[in-house]
Amino acid sequence: MLEKEGQVRIPAGCAISGFISRDGNRICGDKIVKSISYMHDRSNGLGGGFAGYGIYPEYKDQYAFHIFYDSNEARVETERFLDKHFDVVNLSRIPTRKHPNITNEPLIWRYFVNPLPTKLTESQLDEREFVAQCVININDKINGSYVFSSGKNMGVFKAVGYPEDVGEFYRLEEYAGYAWTAHGRYPTNTPGWWGGAHPFALLDYTIVHNGEISSYDANRRYIEMYGYKCNLLTDTEVITYIIDFLNRKQKLCLEDIAKIIAAPFWSEIDSDKYSESERQKLKYFRNVFSSLLITGPFSIILGFDGGLMALNDRLKLRSMVAAEKGDMVYLASEECAIRAICPVVDRIWSPRGGEPIIVKLNEKK
Amino acid sequence: MALNYFQPLFDVIRDKDRCIKCQACARQCANEVHRYDGDLDMMISDSQQCVDCQRCVCICPTGALKIVDNPNKFRNNSNWSQQIMTEVYKQAETGGVLLSAMGNPKEYPVYWDKILLNASQVTNPPIDPLREPMETKVFLGKKPKNVSFNEDGSVKTETTPTLELSTPIMFSAMSYGSISRNAHESLARAATELGIFYNTGEGGLHKDFYQYGSNTIVQVASGRFGVFKDYLETGAAIEIKMGQGAKPGIGGHLPGAKILEDVSRTRMIPMGTDAISPAPHHDIYSIEDLRQLVLSLKEATEYKKPVIVKIAAVHNVAAIASGIARSGADIIAIDGYRGGTGAAPTRIRDNVGIPIELALASVDQRLRDEGIRNEVSVVVAGSIRSSSDVVKAIALGADACYIGTAALLALGCHLCRSCQTGKCNWGIATQRPDLVKRLNPNIGYQRLVNLVHAWDHEIKEMMGGMGINSVEALRGNRLMLRGIGLNEKELEILGIQHAGQ
Repeated sequence: MLEKEGQVRIPAGCAISGFISRDGNRICGDKIVKSISYMHDRSNGLGGGFAGYGIYPEYKDQYAFHIFYDSNEARVETERFLDKHFDVVNLSRIPTRKHPNITNEPLIWRYFVNPLPTKLTESQLDEREFVAQCVININDKINGSYVFSSGKNMGVFKAVGYPEDVGEFYRLEEYAGYAWTAHGRYPTNTPGWWGGAHPFALLDYTIVHNGEISSYDANRRYIEMYGYKCNLLTDTEVITYIIDFLNRKQKLCLEDIAKIIAAPFWSEIDSDKYSESERQKLKYFRNVFSSLLITGPFSIILGFDGGLMALNDRLKLRSMVAAEKGDMVYLASEECAIRAICPVVDRIWSPRGGEPIIVKLNEKK
Repeated sequence: MALNYFQPLFDVIRDKDRCIKCQACARQCANEVHRYDGDLDMMISDSQQCVDCQRCVCICPTGALKIVDNPNKFRNNSNWSQQIMTEVYKQAETGGVLLSAMGNPKEYPVYWDKILLNASQVTNPPIDPLREPMETKVFLGKKPKNVSFNEDGSVKTETTPTLELSTPIMFSAMSYGSISRNAHESLARAATELGIFYNTGEGGLHKDFYQYGSNTIVQVASGRFGVFKDYLETGAAIEIKMGQGAKPGIGGHLPGAKILEDVSRTRMIPMGTDAISPAPHHDIYSIEDLRQLVLSLKEATEYKKPVIVKIAAVHNVAAIASGIARSGADIIAIDGYRGGTGAAPTRIRDNVGIPIELALASVDQRLRDEGIRNEVSVVVAGSIRSSSDVVKAIALGADACYIGTAALLALGCHLCRSCQTGKCNWGIATQRPDLVKRLNPNIGYQRLVNLVHAWDHEIKEMMGGMGINSVEALRGNRLMLRGIGLNEKELEILGIQHAGQ
């Protein structure tokens, strides 16, 4: 019998795509659907998904939880948990349309919530840590319930299916955001579980990832020391937690995070490419966060509140292309996915392994 | 004359057609097995004295010698083996404790040989170490809990003292006294050239070797032999020896015969006296006492050196390691029950302690469960026999490995397990000047360098096959391991799946 994602580690190949308007212009979701559809052959219909940023301006101060439920019982139990820890400002089913290629859908609900001040004070945690722990708790403890999106003014939409079908299913043309990412999945062995599709998200961090990292268990066993639970056994999950840990908890900037997870080789660090202080820092990172080095092929697009970051493994074992046009920056596994939505670009290039591309909204600079 | 109950363990076979009576074997054998009988004009052997060290076999210019097991056997008995019977005879004759040397040779499971490594196929690429960078550098020591920043927002890069190793291999503690000056010199020079560390053991540090201090770990054991200010300050790190895999629960024992002038000066004890270190440190009867010694040593060396605490792998090793991780120590060294020794009571060597593989797996997991794995590095020993053992140890969770026996093999040791006699024909475990000089440190150090280089190459090949290009991504990466022929409980303790899963 095939085991479900999380019971077994499933390698997967993939397609990723993303773009951002640096001026913060809100772009309709159908554009990202079109982009990813051009890489149809890089997926196999066993998973597709999207993340949109700036899509909930009317609820921008609430955490938006998107949750899959296997059953109504799971929903009731989860809502009891939510009521106990949060002030639920709004709840509804996420609007979907019937699609011939998307079947066996779970119950899909959306909640806009604020942490209850009394609970928050009692927990002695900061607000984001409180929310993160609640999400990890639900996913770990409540059977049949899975929070797959939990940030503010952003949302993840994912399913088992080809990404373009998933986009239609979730009616993404009805959303608009300043940044979007997309993922088409090519798992090598899975019965298809909706939670296993990508992007993977925690708070406002989302990751779409193409690759199969060879450092997985070293990374997982390290990060689990810090309260994370890698229930899905996927690369994307552990990478998301690593970035959350380094960025939110260790307060390191994205540039430094890239130098930890795709650290320069010693031969490079010891060369005269770097200043002495930079060299000291790189050495410090490789010593202190040695277990967070990610090896093996990966290309990721990280979405966060106010920007995107793209990063390749240090040998660049996965394709990734970047392009610019006006205030727009495009990132994708293949050039065709960019040309499909922006035929004429100002500049197009292939970022080097380990060199991050970090794009932030202009006004947030 | 009393009856001789013993049968020689070995037969010395001499091919008379090949033997040219050059008597090299007679000159080389400190056990006096071979002698030339002028009246008979032939070489005569006394097999009873032979320890099967293979020195004569290697030295014989015509290949005339073979040492084979004595085919003479006591009557078969599955319960009373010949060895057990012989030991009873020996004790009936002498009334003494049986002594042995080198690691436990019994047929216990070797878990390294029941663990298989992974390799990449299709879904991710193997990496070719001939064409791509492949990194084996490691740091040993405490990692800070949180990054701290300077006022200008830059990252503070100071850490507590660490050891930087070019490859995750170090030479285990072997004292000057138990092994020869030339063996020590070989280890010290090899460690220096390799960018790794060797360990003084509990015998102090000879003045001539202070020059290799930055690649030396100085040990503080229960006898405190040779410990003083200069010694502590010379080493790159200080190791507190709480126990040894070959003899958990007892102290060291160096016979007075090995304590000659230089050894006596280095150990700071009178010549010819037995050097018997106590079973416990008499200032450490509990974990809080250990903490005081760790901090005293740090205080004495101005917090400039990492402190290692070495323990034998015993049943509750995980709980002990957890205590050590909270004691202020920077590194825990765990020595498995197959670890070597220059001399240990046979019953203890063969029956006390647990395999390093299981000890390592449970220590690493316990420290992670408690969230304190970064408080300490974990070094394992006893016994690491090959580069694949190193790779498996790191994937189970070790930061680095100590090698002792393998290093001695590189110097010529043939594991005859007779170190306690002080008559090592290879010039390693002896202080007899005529024997010591057989080990040329210029050659010895080069052989050690060769060995570690070879292993480093092999580690890189295996890592590359797994698609890993830096050893830190291998550490604790248990998904890269599968058990073969292991039961559920063993797999659970090792934290790995069975082959085929």
